[in-house]
Amino acid sequence: MAAVTEAPPPLAPPAPEKKPPRRRGRWMPYLLLLPGLLWLIVFFALPMVYQASTSVQTGSLEEGYEVTWHFATYWDALSEYWPQFLRSVLYAGAATVLCLLLGYPLAYLIAFRAGRWKHLIMILVIAPFFTSFLIRTLAWKTILADGGPVVGALNALHVLDVTSWLGMTSGDRVLATPLAVVCGLTYNFLPFMILPLYTSLERIDGRLHEAAGDLYARPFTTFRKVTFPLSMPGVVSGTLLTFIPAAGDYVNADLLGSTDTRMIGNVIQSQFLRILDYPTAAALSFILMFAILIMVTLYIRRSGTEDLV
Amino acid sequence: MTTTDNSGDVRLSGISKTYGSFTAVHPLDLTVPQGSFFALLGASGCGKTTTLRMIAGLEEPTGGTVHLGDQDVTRLPPYKRPVNTVFQSYALFPHLDIFENVAFGLRRRGIKGVKKQVDEMLDLVQLGEHARKKPHQLSGGQQQRVAVARALINHPRVLLLDEPLGALDLKLRRQMQLELKRIQTEVGITFVHVTHDQEEAMTMADTVAVMNAGRVEQLGAPADLYENPRTTFVANFLGTSNLIEAEVDAASGDEIVLRAGGGKLSLPSGRCGAPTATGGKVLVGVRPEKISLTHAGDAGAIPAGRNRVTGRIADASFIGVSTQYVVDSPAGTALQVYVQNVDRDTRLVPGAEVVLHWNPAHTFGLDAAQDIQAGVEKVEPQEGVVA
Amino acid sequence: MAFVDWLKRRLVVIAGLFTLAYLLLPNVVVTVFSFNDPKGRFNYEWQKFSADAWTDPCGVADLCGSLSLSLQIALWATLGATALGTAIAFALVRYRFRARGAVNSLIFLPMAMPEVVMAASLLTLFLNMGVQLGFWTILIAHIMFCLSFVVTAVKARVMSMDPRLEQAAQDLYAGPFQTFLRVTLPIAAPGIATGALLAFALSFDDFIITNFNAGSTVTFPMFVWGSAQRGTPVQINVIGTAMFVLAVLFVLTSMVISNRRTKHKA
Repeated sequence: MAAVTEAPPPLAPPAPEKKPPRRRGRWMPYLLLLPGLLWLIVFFALPMVYQASTSVQTGSLEEGYEVTWHFATYWDALSEYWPQFLRSVLYAGAATVLCLLLGYPLAYLIAFRAGRWKHLIMILVIAPFFTSFLIRTLAWKTILADGGPVVGALNALHVLDVTSWLGMTSGDRVLATPLAVVCGLTYNFLPFMILPLYTSLERIDGRLHEAAGDLYARPFTTFRKVTFPLSMPGVVSGTLLTFIPAAGDYVNADLLGSTDTRMIGNVIQSQFLRILDYPTAAALSFILMFAILIMVTLYIRRSGTEDLV
Repeated sequence: MTTTDNSGDVRLSGISKTYGSFTAVHPLDLTVPQGSFFALLGASGCGKTTTLRMIAGLEEPTGGTVHLGDQDVTRLPPYKRPVNTVFQSYALFPHLDIFENVAFGLRRRGIKGVKKQVDEMLDLVQLGEHARKKPHQLSGGQQQRVAVARALINHPRVLLLDEPLGALDLKLRRQMQLELKRIQTEVGITFVHVTHDQEEAMTMADTVAVMNAGRVEQLGAPADLYENPRTTFVANFLGTSNLIEAEVDAASGDEIVLRAGGGKLSLPSGRCGAPTATGGKVLVGVRPEKISLTHAGDAGAIPAGRNRVTGRIADASFIGVSTQYVVDSPAGTALQVYVQNVDRDTRLVPGAEVVLHWNPAHTFGLDAAQDIQAGVEKVEPQEGVVA
Repeated sequence: MAFVDWLKRRLVVIAGLFTLAYLLLPNVVVTVFSFNDPKGRFNYEWQKFSADAWTDPCGVADLCGSLSLSLQIALWATLGATALGTAIAFALVRYRFRARGAVNSLIFLPMAMPEVVMAASLLTLFLNMGVQLGFWTILIAHIMFCLSFVVTAVKARVMSMDPRLEQAAQDLYAGPFQTFLRVTLPIAAPGIATGALLAFALSFDDFIITNFNAGSTVTFPMFVWGSAQRGTPVQINVIGTAMFVLAVLFVLTSMVISNRRTKHKA
């Protein structure tokens, strides 16, 4: 962990990635790769194939399943559970935006303004990982409890009026509303936003800020024109690392939400572990996977052409 | 630009900078006149970069004021100062192309239609065809020119250069020295240049301030500093000096006679920066190339009126244009002598008895209370260390 | 006006500290409620101070058993994932071979996949194979999803390493094995340590994938999940707090030690 709080390695001077030196013993790389790759092939790639096959099977638990190329399962699953899909995307999207808004100042603080407190703050960002996230998520039940100080303050500041107008809360409650779920998701994935942001901010040469100031950019303009564009790699990987797990999460929706806040993860989980409708569960899982892969690809391509250049 | 225009003067009054208990710059008064090419020269850590950064507004002085012309800019943030900087290793924006890097300052000041100006500027630094490249696609020398263009396009009243050539190799550095000098003459802007390279400072600047441990040791035209150093630091840091400990024998009129190692040396009193009471100590200095070397057998042929020191050659290195001798004498050990390669005397080999002699007018006298080794370069000063 | 200026200059700091508070608030609550003496089965409302749970952390059936199981799994998963992942990282950085792109995507995909998808598909595999769910299936799953993170961490470190160092070692009469042992490995060590710690944390804290592939075996996160339905014992908070404090202490000590070492060298 000490290494985690260290400054990230500077950009490697030569890029050995492009041209690793040729070595004697041609079997050596394969020998090194084999065990790990085999593991990934058998326990990551192969299961995907099994799942694909399961999704087009029909049958029942008692009689067994058979591949019948029953693609209708996909259509049925989508038409029945589209609200949960939509909710997953909305909640995860909202959580990602909130993570970026909350995480950027902290990452900036650690990278440029924390001085000798840098390591301590970094440790405090990472250390909660060691308290099980389930315990920490349960703590939000206490924090957001009805009639508690947080809800009271939000009410007094008329924040709840705004959120209930947005359909995020209803009445004086926060718990068991979409707001609570988004709040939990934001909380749980915030470190995954902060760490890549910090890494890319840390790499920015401090003299670039000085150069911008010297060239008549005010502090905010310096941020807009120099700091933020240069931190784009961190923004991109941070948003991905937040959005992807948030979209598949079911713990926050289960612990902090209600039946009206069920996300697609909850459906997959209950189909698989409770209802035992394996084809539907597999189809849902596949749809989720493809939806995310498509969104991620589009996002990377967009940010790749417009912002990263 | 008229001669009475002083808007490009840089006036530092009692400016100082301390970090905790460490004093980077002692209270300093300095005036850089409009249109001059001014160099701050010193080893790393001497406070030269801190001084520059205080002019740029990147560092707030602990005390004193900075004036540009008649305007007090001490409390102005960098983005409000009519001053631009060429940063050490350039600090080009890696996400912007060359054109946008150069246009950055104009755009920030809300100037519309920058294309013509930027193109002209890129032509001035001969980078017109590279406008759409990213900084990392350019060579070191090209990046350096972009950094200069990016600063100059804003027509600053003063251009600050922080070790601008430090990242270039020797040959390119020579070329860029002339190039920068040409640009300065062309645009007529005041240049303040920070460097640890004494040759670079002397080649380019009209005026050089030699800094050491947060103070200016001496200030003047390069030739004055070289010929007539006032401190051992300047004598040793700017080129090489032979410093001989001597005792004042007699001081009369414009001549001081000194005793060193059993012989007598003459020193013009105008070139002595030390008290000259009889019996007092003085460091006598002379540059290695001012000294002639004669084999002891020909001592009789040395003209009268020259300072003489006898000794024995300890070492000789032939380096083409000249031969560098190291001579041990009763007056001092390891005296350096550079002899131009005109007619080589084959008797001048290690072990030979010789007479060193030079024109007394080339002698200078320094206060013997100083460290005789000050400013002697032991190791190459490190680059990239904030001075 | 002065206040507005002051605020403007410190806006980033204030916003950053607000985020830090948001991140740490649940830990504060967990700690405070580890001293609670709740009425009823759930520990969500403050009643009165009690240190009972601290004096008897294992006082709840199965709690410490699940904790020890989680620690064991995390340990083995860390060992497995670190060994396999380090080997892959070295192969990727130091050798040229075919299908590099395919290998890279195979390593990237598990990190870009929602856990629930991996969990579900792995369960399908185990069900199809008729594998008994339990300790081994959990371990297999954990090694699988920790592997990619180890590869990434080690790769970053090895890539930033100057390949000339290894050439220098060989020039100074070190054979390939000696070079690896005396130069490559020590330099890569911080990356490997980061990867291993990451793997440990990920494995210890994993719930989603474990929940699918555990069968009737109960790890610590699963115990917490179960208690969220049945009733939350205070001891959960005790363990959560202790883990947090231990982690902070561990990092601080290792930092102090490494600081001292670098000071000695300098």
